[in-house]
Amino acid sequence: MSNYLVLTKSPAFTSIATAILVLLMFVVGGLFLPGFFAVQVVFNLLIDNAYLLVLSIGMTFVILSGGIDLSIGSVLALTTLLCGFLLQTWHWSAWIVIPLVLTFGFMFGIIMGAVIEYFKLQPFIVTLAGMFLARGLCYVISINSITIENDFFTRMSQTQIALFGGFISPSVLVALALLALAIFLAHYTAFGRAIYAIGGNEQSALMMGLPVARTKVLVYGFSGCCAALAGVLFSFYMLSGYALHAEGSELDAIAAVVIGGTLLTGGVGYVAGTMSGVMMLGLIQTMIAFDGTLSSWWIKIVIGALLLVFCLVQRMLSTKNHSLN
Amino acid sequence: MFEKIPLLKPLAALVFLILLDTIIIPGFIRMEVKDGQLYGSVIDILNRAAPLIITSLGLTLVIATRGIDISVGAVAAISGTVAVLLFSETISDNVSALHFTAKSPLFWAIFFAIGCAILCGIWNGLLVIALGLQPIIATMILMVGGRGLAQLLTDGQIQSVAYQPFFFLGSGYFLGLPFSLYIVAVVFVALTLLIRKTALGLFIQTIGINPVAARLVGIRAALLIVFAYVLCSLCAGLAGVLICSNIKSADANNIGLLLELDAILAVTLGGTSLDGGKFSLVGSVIGALIIQTLTYTIYSLGAAPELNMIIKAIVVVVVCVSQSSELKPIWCEVRSLFNAAPVKKSASTRL
Repeated sequence: MSNYLVLTKSPAFTSIATAILVLLMFVVGGLFLPGFFAVQVVFNLLIDNAYLLVLSIGMTFVILSGGIDLSIGSVLALTTLLCGFLLQTWHWSAWIVIPLVLTFGFMFGIIMGAVIEYFKLQPFIVTLAGMFLARGLCYVISINSITIENDFFTRMSQTQIALFGGFISPSVLVALALLALAIFLAHYTAFGRAIYAIGGNEQSALMMGLPVARTKVLVYGFSGCCAALAGVLFSFYMLSGYALHAEGSELDAIAAVVIGGTLLTGGVGYVAGTMSGVMMLGLIQTMIAFDGTLSSWWIKIVIGALLLVFCLVQRMLSTKNHSLN
Repeated sequence: MFEKIPLLKPLAALVFLILLDTIIIPGFIRMEVKDGQLYGSVIDILNRAAPLIITSLGLTLVIATRGIDISVGAVAAISGTVAVLLFSETISDNVSALHFTAKSPLFWAIFFAIGCAILCGIWNGLLVIALGLQPIIATMILMVGGRGLAQLLTDGQIQSVAYQPFFFLGSGYFLGLPFSLYIVAVVFVALTLLIRKTALGLFIQTIGINPVAARLVGIRAALLIVFAYVLCSLCAGLAGVLICSNIKSADANNIGLLLELDAILAVTLGGTSLDGGKFSLVGSVIGALIIQTLTYTIYSLGAAPELNMIIKAIVVVVVCVSQSSELKPIWCEVRSLFNAAPVKKSASTRL
């Protein structure tokens, strides 16, 4: 019994619970839905959600630092359009375009972070403005969808890497590499530890002499860069740039982070947990698609309900920790 | 001296916009009377701003308690669909729209729609108070789930309405003015009376400035915060019904889409602090009117309507930065740079 209690007190509890729930859902899905138990279903889950994983990793860092970034979905859309415009209208090489859009995303985040940090504004309102700005810029570039016919992009879209009798796309490898990098950044570097410290208590972090301002601005830069990378992956996936791409995906990313066990107040959580959060969202969509009788709006309702459950669990756990103190 | 007058900045912005429009748009302030009804650009702006004004008024109270409600768009969608579903039958059943009979009376349909909105408000309030969730997350649950529910109600279809009396709410005229303006006026007067003539305004302000102190002086903060969320949802629900009445259908996917962002923008523009405490209902009305006038200006100038979002973004940042307390020392420093006399740099007060 006491062992059990210790387990629920661990900060990793919700993350582990989500991972177990994902496995459980997969088994249940396999039992009730014909053809669900296949390697390719798992791989498709990764292929379809590679962009969301990248987006959520950036969001995890922001939320860990105690902030929020609502602009990422729009930055994603803007990146797809920038790619489409530079590749199709100006015929630039993909090798110039991709680093350029990543830098653009980084700078976009840095500017928002600087405004938040130096004017002491709420992250929520500044990134909301960033969201408007990026979506608006999308329409300035093009109102219509731009089809991407670039060689490199088409190749990335069509390549299938054989694995365990199934296949994955290069985007999955990119997303998983970023996941590994993010785990390294969060747990084995001074930058990562500073983020946890700031999220835990900004005042204490300041007094410990940590570079609070620099870290906070960089976190938004990282998130913007992730959003731009997600945009590139999304362009691979859709082979088009469009202003309405991935509308509302910032909410999906927040949901994935919360379901993955990161505390919204900051300071507690795991990047790896976000991975299971993304898988959970993907599984819900896949199961509803497999079932075939349920309509797409059930996805929204189920995600809303899941968010509620995980917020409740987090709340219960944090009050338990408070009563300890 | 001017700093002492509240609402000067938003009012000046609105007046500036109107003057600009008067100069660059021919016939902007001209109004005509046709069939005893007033027509003109100004009336048009007011009529179109009605749902936004009502939503912003409700949201002001929530923001004043240090909260935020991002579910207003979803609540508008829910109550709009409920209202339409309650008295509409499928169009194929009624070939002739003129002889359309409502399933349930208009009053009950609206009553139930507002009831649903109030339930949404109670739900938000309970999540914030009883569970202690951050307001943005607590209301995000309803924002995501609520729109799904609204789509579930209409089965993903756009429900058309053919019931004439319902149109009166959103596009009818009464004594020469659009009826929606009377609704706005009633909501505004009711909320103002509630704030000014009862202690509610004072209590909400106290909660916003210092929740702990408010509790210690014996204000039942929990109950009042729930009440604020209920009022906010009620306003959003009313706005949803107005929108449905105006577009003569219920499109669960699009009613009140991005309404929460516009409403937050309107409230911020009106000088209400997002940190709670300082709030102004008149300011929110002005804020909403600024947004609608801005939209109108962009459309009538023939500029790409997409510019709207960029301008809104810039306006938000400028307004927030101008409210920031960090700006003053920076501004002083900039001024001292231009001073001829060598100014001794004072030690930075920042930690």
